[in-house]
Amino acid sequence: MKASAPSEHSVGSVNAAEIERLLESVKDPEIPVISIRELGVLRGVKVENGAVEVTITPTYSGCPAMDFMRMEVERTLKQAGIGNFQVKQVLSPAWTTDWISDSGRKKLLDFGIAPPPHSADIRALKGGSPAIACPHCGSTETEMLSQFGSTACKALYRCKACKEPFDLFKCH
Amino acid sequence: MSEQEALFRYTLRMGDNSLVLGHRNSEWCGHGPVLEEDIAQANIALDLIGQARNYLTYAGEVEAKFRPSALPTGQAGPLRTEDDLAYLRGEREYINVQLVELPKGDYARTIVRSFLFDAFHLPLQQALTTSKDERLKGIAEKAVKEVTYHLRHSSEWLVRFGDGTEESHRRAQEALDDLWRYTGELFTPDEAEEVLAKAGIAPKLADVKQEWSATVDRVLKEATLKRPADGWMASGGKKGIHTEHLGPMLAEMQTLQRSYPGVEW
Ligand SMILES: [Zn+2]
Repeated sequence: MKASAPSEHSVGSVNAAEIERLLESVKDPEIPVISIRELGVLRGVKVENGAVEVTITPTYSGCPAMDFMRMEVERTLKQAGIGNFQVKQVLSPAWTTDWISDSGRKKLLDFGIAPPPHSADIRALKGGSPAIACPHCGSTETEMLSQFGSTACKALYRCKACKEPFDLFKCH
Repeated sequence: MSEQEALFRYTLRMGDNSLVLGHRNSEWCGHGPVLEEDIAQANIALDLIGQARNYLTYAGEVEAKFRPSALPTGQAGPLRTEDDLAYLRGEREYINVQLVELPKGDYARTIVRSFLFDAFHLPLQQALTTSKDERLKGIAEKAVKEVTYHLRHSSEWLVRFGDGTEESHRRAQEALDDLWRYTGELFTPDEAEEVLAKAGIAPKLADVKQEWSATVDRVLKEATLKRPADGWMASGGKKGIHTEHLGPMLAEMQTLQRSYPGVEW
């Protein structure tokens, strides 16, 4: 937890919604089309007596992008002239891929990454593979090459229709 | 032993187990038998080291509360950070189980070791999601999802080796026979584990063993491997007594912080 000294700027006029809009510019460095809000990493913004509190949660225990995303939140707030803030990191409740917003899922797909199956589909976590559609051609004739892909949150798949490999954002 | 001291030792051990196994798995990075497995081991190592960071950070905070006099200034703080605990403790101060510190060996041995640990780690983390300690609960809620993937990965490979060629079967069975004696320590509670089990903060290891045993039987059967008989079991890791392998591993892992204290990048 880190707090910086109050600045001379008054932030009395800033509200939580405006800050959330501001933080829309903070992206996942590994999937730069999706914001931390769409990813579900941004858990909340509170403004009380001019003090801003931003709560974030990691996707994975060892997510190497977490420190970067925190720094980006701090930098963005400072650049907007907000000095009196605190970025709080929480583990519980644990992040789940179900928190990725619909717009986030759409952007993943456009970026060439198959969005995660919903965890309600228990097969996704327990072994059997639910049908995964290829982000390139839409075919569900796909197969998993490896449960572990280019980053902690992805698995590696191959499409048997268009022959292209692709990443699946793993259900978590 | 007070509950706070038990919590410190418990949290430290959870961190040490994950850190040491994570480091061993990371030794495959750039050396994996196939690219997918190279990446898988790096990912698993990252999960484990991430868990270790959560545990060691917490351990430092707990320690600062229960023995402030041990701290450099004689006051509450500055506390030992995750980095202090990872890089500035000697071999005898590490209290991980011996299973995780053994050399990675060939890929069959790595898989068998991971499987024996994962099959223990998953029910342990599942139980910790109902811990009365909020922090342990929070760490477990994240870890349990990661460890689910770890166990799935090591189980699949164990079946592939056991039910594969004569050579892969032989290597897997040999590794299993050899590593079996390191599994007893997983389920022999020390004082800290007993104190926390009574307090509802950690599970009874006997309960964890039941689930471990069922998983082991199920996967070994599918892998056509034979469960070794329980014989002499190694122990000591929980008290800081280790095999000859941990020292050199730590020397390598810690060399930068030892040579250039406080270095950052
Ligand atoms: Zn396709």
